[in-house]
Amino acid sequence: MDALLELLEKNARLTTADMAVRLGKSPEEIESMAAELESQGTILGYHAVIDRDKTDDDRVSALIEVKLTPERDGGFDRLAKRIAKFGQVTSCYLMSGGYDLAVIVEGNDLKEVAQFVSEKLSTLDGVVSTATHFQLKVYKQSGFLAADTHEDERLPVTP
Amino acid sequence: MKPHEDRIADHVKQIPRSGIRDFFELVQGRDDVISLGVGEPDFAAPWHIREAAIFSLEKGQTSYTSNLGLLSLRESISEYVEGQFDVRYDAKTEILVTVGVSEALDLVCRAMLNPGDEVIYHEPCYVSYNPSIALAYGVAVGVQTKVEDEFVLKAVDVAAKITDKTRMILLNFPTNPTGAVEPLEELEKIAALAIEHDLIVVSDEIYSELLYGGESGMERGEHVSIASLPGMKERTILLHGFSKAFAMTGFRLGYSCAPHALTEAMMKIHQYSMLCAPIMSQNAAVEALKNGAGEVEKMRRAYARRRNLLLNSFEKMGVPCFSPGGAFYAFPDIRKFGLSSKEFALRLLEEENVAVVPGDAFGAAGEGCVRACYATAFDQLEIALERIANFVGRL
Ligand SMILES: Cc1ncc(COP(=O)(O)O)c(C=O)c1O
Repeated sequence: MDALLELLEKNARLTTADMAVRLGKSPEEIESMAAELESQGTILGYHAVIDRDKTDDDRVSALIEVKLTPERDGGFDRLAKRIAKFGQVTSCYLMSGGYDLAVIVEGNDLKEVAQFVSEKLSTLDGVVSTATHFQLKVYKQSGFLAADTHEDERLPVTP
Repeated sequence: MKPHEDRIADHVKQIPRSGIRDFFELVQGRDDVISLGVGEPDFAAPWHIREAAIFSLEKGQTSYTSNLGLLSLRESISEYVEGQFDVRYDAKTEILVTVGVSEALDLVCRAMLNPGDEVIYHEPCYVSYNPSIALAYGVAVGVQTKVEDEFVLKAVDVAAKITDKTRMILLNFPTNPTGAVEPLEELEKIAALAIEHDLIVVSDEIYSELLYGGESGMERGEHVSIASLPGMKERTILLHGFSKAFAMTGFRLGYSCAPHALTEAMMKIHQYSMLCAPIMSQNAAVEALKNGAGEVEKMRRAYARRRNLLLNSFEKMGVPCFSPGGAFYAFPDIRKFGLSSKEFALRLLEEENVAVVPGDAFGAAGEGCVRACYATAFDQLEIALERIANFVGRL
């Protein structure tokens, strides 16, 4: 299972046959392992990792630190889930340290993100404060370095 | 003036040209070649290791170190070797840091051999063994291993070569070029021979982290060092290094673990010929041993996946290839095509632009096979295998 996840995490576009060869298993075994990982919710989805700088897309992304008042039953869960449901939120994590939630928000422009924070996020009951940090440049995302080229400079035949 | 050829020492003149070098010259300069002819990882050294080397330079650590190597590194090696091989070596007296296993091997031969002393080793093997022995005025006594036995070294064949001149047995498991691993029963029998005849065993275990266990090679296999067998630590020189598992070939760093008196003898040569291994590399190696296990295992799994692809493809194209237990080489048997391994490699290069190394470059016992290294990016390997399939399809 872990070996399959390791493969998929790097390249989810591999065919079942491709994965079977790499892992020395039959395609049927791979199918059933993948089906199990999906049905138990270990695999939440598949997506492409896109370097937005290479697209015409001017979308902006921001990390928002959110402080919450914990609730008597359930702590931060109810509020966090509520925040996570907004379409603008691409990721949402409970954090240790100086604030409670790290919320990654995407919007078409600065204004849209700012509006989301001021109108939706900070007005929620239980949200004590927010701090918005806009992302300026991507160096690495989801394990991929942006603009990474590693040339094979080895000699062609060595002992 | 007499010709320069006449000035060259006899024992150097007698060393034949390397088959690898011949083949290298053919491959070099051709475009679009996918090379499975390399003997090193395609990965760059893990970043945290490179970063440690940079940091060492930033701190201005550019001096010589103790001849034996940084004590901190030898302590890390001692700990690592105990974890990996289950043998404990004293960091202060039994470990010598060298410029690669290459240097360590040369030191062993020069420190241990008198002219005419015999060293038994198994072929096909790493190309340096025979010349390193010859350059130390020793006599290299090859034992042939066979594809039918999956290149296992039979203790009976070793026994047959022992004479009163024999001083050492040189082992390399997992083996370059075959990827073979030695079953424990045979290893024990070889240990018994060494004890019976009072011989030193030199064990080059440079590929020992790269073992493919479990059903599909995805699990890390168990390595047994001959040094860990009863009564063997005191007669074994264990050679290991950072080139393969840590993808640090260019750092040029290895080490030997051996009884104090032997370490001292090797150190005597090392101190005059090399002085010490480069300090940046030594600092990087400390980091590698401390924090590198995760990256090593990640690379091993990547090799395991490529190995699966390679074996699967050879099977599909009808090229017999035993399942290699370690390293990153496969050694397919090409005899059924009626070509010598040189002809096969040459035509594959000319017709399909794929480089593999003819098996006879690793000793006569390698004839009939070629070495295909799978430490190559997966997509490149896929293309190379398609081309090989096209080629053998036409034979
Ligand atoms: C079996 C074996 N021993 C030793 C070496 C040399 O290693 P190093 O880079 O440590 O000198 C190699 C490299 O190909 C090898 O395959």
